[in-house]
Amino acid sequence: MATNTTVTAQTDAAARDRISPIAAAQKSSSLTRDAWRRFTRNKAALAGLFFIAFVFFLAAAADVIAPYNFARQDLNAVNRPPGTAGYLLGTDQLGRDVLSRIIYGTRISMMVGLVIPLMIIAIGVPVGLIAGYFGKGIDTFLMRLVDVLYAIPNLLFVVLLMTYLRAKFPTITSGWMLPVKNFDKATGGMVGVFIGLGILSWLTTSRLVRGQVLSLKQKEFVEAARALGAKNSRIISRHLLPNTLAVVIVAATLGIPSAILGEAGISFIGIGVNPPTPSWGLMISEGVQYLRAYPYMLISPAIMLSLTVLSFNFIGDGLRDAFDPWMKK
Amino acid sequence: MTRYIVRRVLLLVPTLLAVYTISFVLIHAMPGGPFDTGDKPLSAEALARLNAAYGLDKPLWQQYLSYLWNVLHGDFGPSLVQQGRSVSDIFKDFFPVSLQLGLLAFLFAVVMGLAAGVFSAIRQNTPVDYFCTFGAIIGISAPSYVVASLLILLFANTFHLLPTGGWNGLFDKAALIPAFALALGPAAILARYTRSSLLDVLRQDYVRTARAKGLDERSAIVRHALRNAMIPVATVMGLSFANVITGSFFIETTCNVPGLGRYFVKSVNGRDYSVMFGTVLLFAAIIAVMNLIVDLLYGVLDPRIAYE
Repeated sequence: MATNTTVTAQTDAAARDRISPIAAAQKSSSLTRDAWRRFTRNKAALAGLFFIAFVFFLAAAADVIAPYNFARQDLNAVNRPPGTAGYLLGTDQLGRDVLSRIIYGTRISMMVGLVIPLMIIAIGVPVGLIAGYFGKGIDTFLMRLVDVLYAIPNLLFVVLLMTYLRAKFPTITSGWMLPVKNFDKATGGMVGVFIGLGILSWLTTSRLVRGQVLSLKQKEFVEAARALGAKNSRIISRHLLPNTLAVVIVAATLGIPSAILGEAGISFIGIGVNPPTPSWGLMISEGVQYLRAYPYMLISPAIMLSLTVLSFNFIGDGLRDAFDPWMKK
Repeated sequence: MTRYIVRRVLLLVPTLLAVYTISFVLIHAMPGGPFDTGDKPLSAEALARLNAAYGLDKPLWQQYLSYLWNVLHGDFGPSLVQQGRSVSDIFKDFFPVSLQLGLLAFLFAVVMGLAAGVFSAIRQNTPVDYFCTFGAIIGISAPSYVVASLLILLFANTFHLLPTGGWNGLFDKAALIPAFALALGPAAILARYTRSSLLDVLRQDYVRTARAKGLDERSAIVRHALRNAMIPVATVMGLSFANVITGSFFIETTCNVPGLGRYFVKSVNGRDYSVMFGTVLLFAAIIAVMNLIVDLLYGVLDPRIAYE
C-alpha cells in the first residue's frame, strides 16, 4: 500500500513537471500556495473576502451583538425611522428592530452560502466523475438527464418545488421525513430552501467535472496507476478527484451568489423561509410594501444583500483567476 | 440545415414533457384537494360531484394524459380560486402585459449590454471601461426588485418624474422603471460577454488587415470585428431572455404591473394550482422556443457551423 502511494506521488509530480516547467523550477510552491499568492494580489477579491469574514462574524455572534431578538416586537415603537434611540436602523411595521433582523439575517444567507455549494459538490462531482470515467451508456444517460434538467427554467422549478414542500411539511406526522420536518420548522424553513435551491444547482459542476475527467483519464499517470493494478474506485478517488479540485472549488464558489439571490428571491415571493425568520429577501419584500412611507425598511437589507452577493462574486472571480490564470470566460 | 432544425424541434418534446411531468407530479402530490374549503368542509356528496365534474375522480394516468391533451389544445382547465374563469382566460388578460414588458426589457438589455460591452472593449482601461464594468457588477449583484424599488424611491418618490407603478401600455413612462430594472441583470451579463469577446476578436489578424488596408476605425470594428464578436454573445441571449421572462415575477410584483408574473406570485400564495401549472408550462415553452431560435441564429451569424 505504502509503495503504491509513493509511486503515485512520483508519477503525479513527474506529470506536473512535464506540463509546467515553471512549477518544476520552483520546487517549494504548490498549486494551492501559487493560487493563494495570485488570489491575494487581487484587491477586489481580498476586499470581498474581508467583507464575507465580517458577515460570518455577525452570523456567529448574532446572539451577542444584536440588540434584540429578531422576532421581538415593540408595539410602542412601530415604524420608527433610523436613528431613534435604541433602534439604530429603525423599526418595521411590527415594531421589530431592523438592525437586529439584519444581523440575524446573515445567518440565513451564510447557511445558504455554505450548504448549497456542499450540495453542488456532493451531487455534481460524483455524477461528473462517474459519467466521465465510465463513459458509454452511463455517460450518455447521465448527460442526457443533465441536458433535460438544464432546459427546465430553474426558478419555475424551484417555485413549484417550494410550494409543494411548504404544503407537504405541515402534514407530516410520522415516518422518516419527521426529523426533516422538525428540523425545517426549527430553522424557520431552511430545509425546504436547501432542497429547493440545491436540487438543480449541481448541473454545471457535473458537466465541468466530466469534461476534466475525459481529458485526465487519457493521461499517462492514470494509465500508470491502472498498470500497477489500481481499482477503478482508487483511480477515481486518488488520481482523478484531486485533479478536478480547482475546477470544483471555483464552480462551487461561483454558485454561492446565485444561491443567496435565489433564497432572497423565493423569500421575496413568499415561499422561502417562514416569517418571522429574518431573511433579507423577506425584509426587502416587506420594505417594498411600505416603500412610500418607510423607505429605510428596504434600504438596509437591500444594501447588505447586494454587498454580500458582490463580495462572493469578487471572491469567485478571484479564485478562478488564481487557480487557472489561463482559464477563460 | 433542415435536418438540424427538425432534430432541435424534436428535442423540445422530451424537455417540455419533462417539465409537464415534474409539474404534474408535484401538483398532484400536494396534500389536500383543490376543494378543501377550510373551516366549512363540503359534504362528501358535493365533493364527489365536484371531483367528477373536473375529472379528478379518474385514475391518475388518465388525468395525466387527458390534461396533456387539453394543454396541447391550449386549454389549461379552470382556475381553482377564481370561480368560473379558465386559466386560458386569465392568460388572455394578463399575458399581453408581461409580453410587452418582457420584449421592451429584452430590447433595453440588448441595447445597453451591447453598447456597454463595445465601448468598454474599444476604450479598454479608460474611465469609460471602468464605468461600464462597475455598472455591470451592480447589475449582476443587485436583484432586479431591489433596483426597481430604489428607482421608484428616486424617480417617483423624491423627484416625482415617473409614476410609482402601474401599467398604461408600452409607450407610457410607467413602463420605464420596470423595463429598465428587468433589463439591468441580463444587460450586465451581455456586456461582460461582449467586452471579452470583442477584445479577443480585436487582436485577430483579419482586424489588423482591415485596419492596414486603410479602413477607418469605425468600419473596421463594425464590419469586421463586431460581426464575429457577436457569435459567442448570441449564446447568452437565450439565457437573457429566460431571465427576463422569469424576472417578471419580481418586477411586476414590485412595480405593480398587472402582468402574468404578478398573477403567478398571487396564485402561488393563493395556492391556485391550475394557474401555477399553466404558467409554468407557458413560460417553459416560451423559454425553450427562444433557446431554439438563438441556436438557429448562431448558424446565421457563423456560417462555419455546419449543423452536424
